[in-house]
Amino acid sequence: MNDIAIRMENLTRDFGSLRALDNLSLEVPAGDIFGFLGPNGAGKTTTIRLLLGLLEPTSGRVEVLGYDPSKQPDEVRARTGALLEYTGIYEQMSAEDNLEFYARVWRLPTAERRGRIKELLTEIGLWERRKELAGKWSKGMKQKLALARAMLHRPPLILLDEPTAGLDVMAAVSVRENLASLAVSEGVTIFLTTHNMVEAERLCAQVAVIREGSLVALSDPDNLRTQIGGNRMEIVGSGFDENTLTLLRARPEVSTAELTGEHLTIYLDEEADTAPLVKLLVDAGVAVEEVFRGKASLEEVFVTLMEEER
Amino acid sequence: MIEDVLTVMWKERRTMLRGKASRSKFLQMMLFPIILNTVFPITWGPDWVTDFPPLLSAMIIPALLLAVTVPDSFAGERERHTLGTLLASRLPDRAIFFGKLVTPIVMGWGTALLLSLVSLVVVNVAHGEGELLLFTLPIAMGILTLSFLLSTTMAGAGVLTSLRSETVQEAMQKLLNFITIPAVLVQVLPLLFREKFITFMNTVNGLQLLIIVVVILVVVDIGVFTVAFNRFRRSQMYLD
Repeated sequence: MNDIAIRMENLTRDFGSLRALDNLSLEVPAGDIFGFLGPNGAGKTTTIRLLLGLLEPTSGRVEVLGYDPSKQPDEVRARTGALLEYTGIYEQMSAEDNLEFYARVWRLPTAERRGRIKELLTEIGLWERRKELAGKWSKGMKQKLALARAMLHRPPLILLDEPTAGLDVMAAVSVRENLASLAVSEGVTIFLTTHNMVEAERLCAQVAVIREGSLVALSDPDNLRTQIGGNRMEIVGSGFDENTLTLLRARPEVSTAELTGEHLTIYLDEEADTAPLVKLLVDAGVAVEEVFRGKASLEEVFVTLMEEER
Repeated sequence: MIEDVLTVMWKERRTMLRGKASRSKFLQMMLFPIILNTVFPITWGPDWVTDFPPLLSAMIIPALLLAVTVPDSFAGERERHTLGTLLASRLPDRAIFFGKLVTPIVMGWGTALLLSLVSLVVVNVAHGEGELLLFTLPIAMGILTLSFLLSTTMAGAGVLTSLRSETVQEAMQKLLNFITIPAVLVQVLPLLFREKFITFMNTVNGLQLLIIVVVILVVVDIGVFTVAFNRFRRSQMYLD
């Protein structure tokens, strides 16, 4: 089995004078949940359409499960499940009929499709409500139904375009949980576009960050937080002054230190021992109340990357 | 391919005219054909089975029905944001095209034939006087062929107008404009041609006229259907 599910090489797509994707090159390992992060208009949806063979690249190439979507779109679509920017749920049909239709589209045998629909609806907690019109459901429920639909035919690859966008916190958490458990139980590769960093951090084994169609970072979230956001420690206390900041900044392991009220943030260049720094502060007369050690959040990394590009 | 067409038809049957706006427009559109085939046979008398009104009815019904159902089926998918997911599935373009067309065509044609039968029952009840009144062969053939050809022409035109329409309303408007083209053309014909046209129409009998109309419709049908079929491509479906 190919261990690379998606391969993009210098992928470029223009819409008239607008360059939506610019020489994008990356590989998505099979079996991973891969986050494709970027602000609105960064080219995330265009990438998904290119992966599905719904658009053709202006230049460069893309390979999905070993197939070229621009030359073998049917092969790609037959092996892919998709939840696009809209759920695509037929609101005039029941939840069960929505899945029944797509089960027929994927040509699941009658006996298998009944069982599969029951299995998926039970897993997302909607089996009891299967006869209800989907149009009467909440946005979160429709999103879950669409997620089940994407997995219906057990595709080896699932493309999700901002699956929790527009959902309230509880619905988003629920969809995320379903997504994680379905991904584990189905063992599929998931290519997930999002601008929700919490989602990416919780779900993704690897993330790529794009801005204006160009790749600006590619790594696992933890590594990205270390590389871009760096190590840091946060200290809450009183008695900070310019002198303590100067002393801190003179230390070789300290990259920089910022003071906001009674909240001091120290950015460390490398894995450094925090005890000497705390001692330095105490010796300088600072009353230390709390000390936190950690990395920048993915959200902070994302903001840094977007600002660097500017 | 056939299995995929049947799958799309299965879905179309469950979703067609389920939207409130489309359903109310459909009911409004049906009012005139129902009156035409129930009240008119009574007032027209026994000549209903030999005269042109049943042919007119057989042409009007599919035109009106498909002017609502085809845009609802094609542009409606875009308006309701279900098109993207459908296009991301394994269904071939042709299966989507035919699956979406067969249902409204059968509906338009079937309704035209059904209402013609209703009109026949009405005229028999009202004017039969113990004798069975039946459509003459040319009228019966005309009802069968004209209603079918009008259904397919409207279906093809409906696809064409829906391809670049954001909403059902926009597609319906474009399709209704398409229907009025022949009437507008006759109006704008230079006077000389118009007189020749009228003179020609006076020289042909009913059967000849029927054959001429059928031939014209077949040509238009093939043209519209070919263009619609060739332009129905996934890559052309995204408007953004």
